[in-house]
Amino acid sequence: MHTLTLAQQVRALAEKQFSSEELVKHYVQRIETYDEKLNSFITFTPERALEQAKQADSRAGDVGLLNGVPIALKDIFCTDGVKTSCASKMLDNFIAPYDATVVTKLNQAGAISLGKTNMDEFAMGSSSESSYYGAVKNPWDTERVPGGSSGGSASALAARLTSASMGTDTGGSIRQPAALCGITGLKPTYGRVSRYGMIAYASSLDQGGPFGITAEDCAYMLQAIAGHDYLDSTSVDRPVPDYIAGLSEPVKGMCIGLPEEFFQQGLDADIAAKIEQACEVLKSLGCEIKSISLPNAKLAIAAYYVLAPAECSSNLSRFDGVRFGYRCENPTGLEDMYCRSRSEGFGDEVKRRIMIGAYALSAGYYDAYYLKAQKIRRLISEDYKAAFSEVDAVLSPTSPTTAFKVNEKSDDPITMYLSDIYTIGVNLAGLPGISLPVGFLQGLPVGMQLVSNYFEEQTLLNLGHQYQKQTDHHLQIPSEFE
Amino acid sequence: MEWEVVIGLEIHVQLNTQSKIFSGAATAYGAQPNTQACAVDLGLPGVLPVLNKDAVAKAAMFGLAVDATINDGSVFDRKNYFYPDLPKGYQISQLAIPIVEHGTLEISLEDGTTKSVGITRAHLEEDAGKSLHEDFDGMTGIDLNRAGTPLIEIVSEPDMSSAKEAVAYMKKIHSIVTYLGICDGNMQEGSFRCDANVSVRRKGDSELGTRTETKNLNSFRFVERAINYEIERQIDVIESGGKVVQETRLYDADDDSTRAMRSKEEANDYRYFPDPDLLPVKLEQGLLEQLQASLPELPDVKQARFMDEYSLNQEDAEQLSSSRAMADYFEQVVAGEKEQAKISANWVLGELSAALNQNGLDISQSPVSAEKLAQLIARIADNTISGKIAKEVFQDMWNSDKSADQVIQEKGLQQISDVGELEAIVDKVIADNPNQVEQYLSGKDKVFGFFVGNVMKATKGKANPKQVNDLLKSKLSK
Amino acid sequence: MALSTEDIRNIAKLAKLQINADELEQYKQDLSRILEFVEQMNQADVDNIEPMAHPQDMMQSLRVDEVIESDQREKFQHIAPATQDGLYLVPKVIE
Repeated sequence: MHTLTLAQQVRALAEKQFSSEELVKHYVQRIETYDEKLNSFITFTPERALEQAKQADSRAGDVGLLNGVPIALKDIFCTDGVKTSCASKMLDNFIAPYDATVVTKLNQAGAISLGKTNMDEFAMGSSSESSYYGAVKNPWDTERVPGGSSGGSASALAARLTSASMGTDTGGSIRQPAALCGITGLKPTYGRVSRYGMIAYASSLDQGGPFGITAEDCAYMLQAIAGHDYLDSTSVDRPVPDYIAGLSEPVKGMCIGLPEEFFQQGLDADIAAKIEQACEVLKSLGCEIKSISLPNAKLAIAAYYVLAPAECSSNLSRFDGVRFGYRCENPTGLEDMYCRSRSEGFGDEVKRRIMIGAYALSAGYYDAYYLKAQKIRRLISEDYKAAFSEVDAVLSPTSPTTAFKVNEKSDDPITMYLSDIYTIGVNLAGLPGISLPVGFLQGLPVGMQLVSNYFEEQTLLNLGHQYQKQTDHHLQIPSEFE
Repeated sequence: MEWEVVIGLEIHVQLNTQSKIFSGAATAYGAQPNTQACAVDLGLPGVLPVLNKDAVAKAAMFGLAVDATINDGSVFDRKNYFYPDLPKGYQISQLAIPIVEHGTLEISLEDGTTKSVGITRAHLEEDAGKSLHEDFDGMTGIDLNRAGTPLIEIVSEPDMSSAKEAVAYMKKIHSIVTYLGICDGNMQEGSFRCDANVSVRRKGDSELGTRTETKNLNSFRFVERAINYEIERQIDVIESGGKVVQETRLYDADDDSTRAMRSKEEANDYRYFPDPDLLPVKLEQGLLEQLQASLPELPDVKQARFMDEYSLNQEDAEQLSSSRAMADYFEQVVAGEKEQAKISANWVLGELSAALNQNGLDISQSPVSAEKLAQLIARIADNTISGKIAKEVFQDMWNSDKSADQVIQEKGLQQISDVGELEAIVDKVIADNPNQVEQYLSGKDKVFGFFVGNVMKATKGKANPKQVNDLLKSKLSK
Repeated sequence: MALSTEDIRNIAKLAKLQINADELEQYKQDLSRILEFVEQMNQADVDNIEPMAHPQDMMQSLRVDEVIESDQREKFQHIAPATQDGLYLVPKVIE
């Protein structure tokens, strides 16, 4: 059953080829068998899942879009009554008292949560190594990282321990692990999916989105989670198109731009070759490929590492040991309680970003760092705006490398930051992006990123679906997990 | 040495919305601790603020009332600092683009002149919770019911130069916000409180002195005392060769002094930045026109109208218009009978206000309604009772819920209007006191009062004084 | 921008983080490197550029003023480190 895509499972369940209970039991067994090797789950909730599966099976008639299908949630989405840790010691004891809007919507669609997946602490990282619960492993090579920060969701899906999963993407945290794990990952337009109940890292950049085996699976997931939410003022009030219906539209005549800045020196030749092959497939479908320019793209990482830490330094102030979360033992006073609870509760990378952010916002440095970064953000956004006056989508590699070894980059923050070079500008602009598997290098997956204009997720899903009808990279399963 | 005092006030006005500024939790005062603190107010991980429409409208309404600019596109910023009653570790406020800017209002000074005070800005923000310092085994208890209550912080220009002026300004703001019905004005419950920025300089100095900020003054009296204390303290410091330190101070009502606050000292780099969870606030189309049309008559205009329409003197008109409730009460008493305006004003400001003060009641809680007081005044006017008896009737009305007519009826207090009956009494008094008649006739006019007194005594005060006078005069002259 | 040990101490104080003496040097190096890295931003001419705070050019949506939340104190305080009589407890606050 786990070799089926989510869309195939939805159809099989509707035709009663198997029950949701059978399907969920199958995945529960797979998690019990395989997750030891991957560490992709922080909290595994089999009883709850089986209970929900029985309910899904008992529903008749007009059931939700994802009725009976098992999914996994990044442990950043608050789930009522379930531990929601953000992979931090700070929230190791935090049982969320409410559901994130995404969780509510997935429940309404009939999806069944298998549990909460591992990640970089507070979504800050590109390797899923900074988790309080230990590093997540890549199923294609368990000595390597799955990417991050949504590494657990990507790893679990790549190993077929779930039918689909949810991640969040602030600088590439869905697309990069999708690429490194050989699956499909979609970061929607900022504001397309509610952020309510998604523990904030950098509020103006964070966006929740799905991982699927296929673009079609992502369309199913997005259909369920997209839409305006009155609880999130930054979610956008505009109709949600029928993503699934749009998948089979022809892509002939679509124009795809390759930013010359991303194909210059520094790009690994083997990765470039894989991207080149993918372009050939798109051409064969009738797409036109042309070169474009994103002149300020090179500044994206620098601007991001001011803006995201600035927002995070403020967002993470609520973790103060007063109302929830970790409080240090025997504080000697208020100041001691604050400082020790936070220092003991947060990991190194989180503390580094909080400090960088506090500095960038502090008196005398605001203009030089924060304000300048906001201006560069504008430039980057304008670059994309100009590009989309010429092309329907922008194509690049998702990540400059395939999956790297555990501990290879964890000592050097800057090297780690550079893994998001192709993805970060998309968050700064607030655009939608998708990562699609385009082949393997030394047994490790390579991903291609497509970016489209605001609210044009259909274009990405449509292109992805048509591309995946011509290829089978996305259907490969790591041999250890067959 | 002559000193010049420079004072600016920051007044925090709680807006009387049903729900909080960024959540759907209730704002009612006095609930059990933390029962009105929802997930958003507690700053739980993942929650987001959604702005209350009425908070925006009420802030804009204030702006209109003080002739200010209402910014279309005001922005919420985060003010970052750690404090246990501040759940998120930041307060959502407005720094760069507040909703209201550049207003002005007039205050009346003791010498009868007026002074214009500038309002720099009024911005929307959320209130913090409360720290309870009672002993919980040496711990502090935190109640977050108040967290997220909408506030406007009204910042004045440093235009005031004495504690009295500051109080006059604060009273004026209080009167405006309660007139507008955007704040309940309850200072004891903290709905209206004030921080005072005070500095002193030697007369003639061009540079301002170093200022201190005294926090959380929640009565007019405290503001006056705290400012006066601070003025004296700063002058003492400078005269004894020291320097005033820029700091936040706390007023202690118990020993009528201010002291430096320890907790706020280090939190001086607030790292403001635009709140990414909120977007610029667009004023709904037509909102300002609609608010403008719904603006009530404000105190200054009302005062002028009272002087004009009811021929009241300035003092009465000012006192009556200082609170909307009192002004409305007054006008209900008058109810169009303009010739009753003066006597109505006397009753509202005199007997009624005294009784309210004595019982610590607000005019809205008066046991004697305006309609009832109007009836009482009508009975004086139609000579049913005298003014003196009316005071007695009023006391009975205050202590029961009876109308003036009921009290008059039950106690038989109506004036003797039957001329024959009164004439008989007058005749008897004259007949019983031949000596005094003699004296009066020999020119001792003062004795007249004796006859009046005796007639009143015999009628238990129910005789119409004018009628008694007339009868006595005509009878004694015969 | 190279930060001093004193800078690190000040930032830590603002952020309410306790940085031990033996960690100071590492933080100094890491944060200084990150700041140097982000100073690439100086390559761009941003003089007349409007800062961008939000990806969407939208205005705030407004909520109707009504009470929709009910008391959930028990549930919320169940996950709190220390409470008594419905209050959250913290070490003594000195004003």
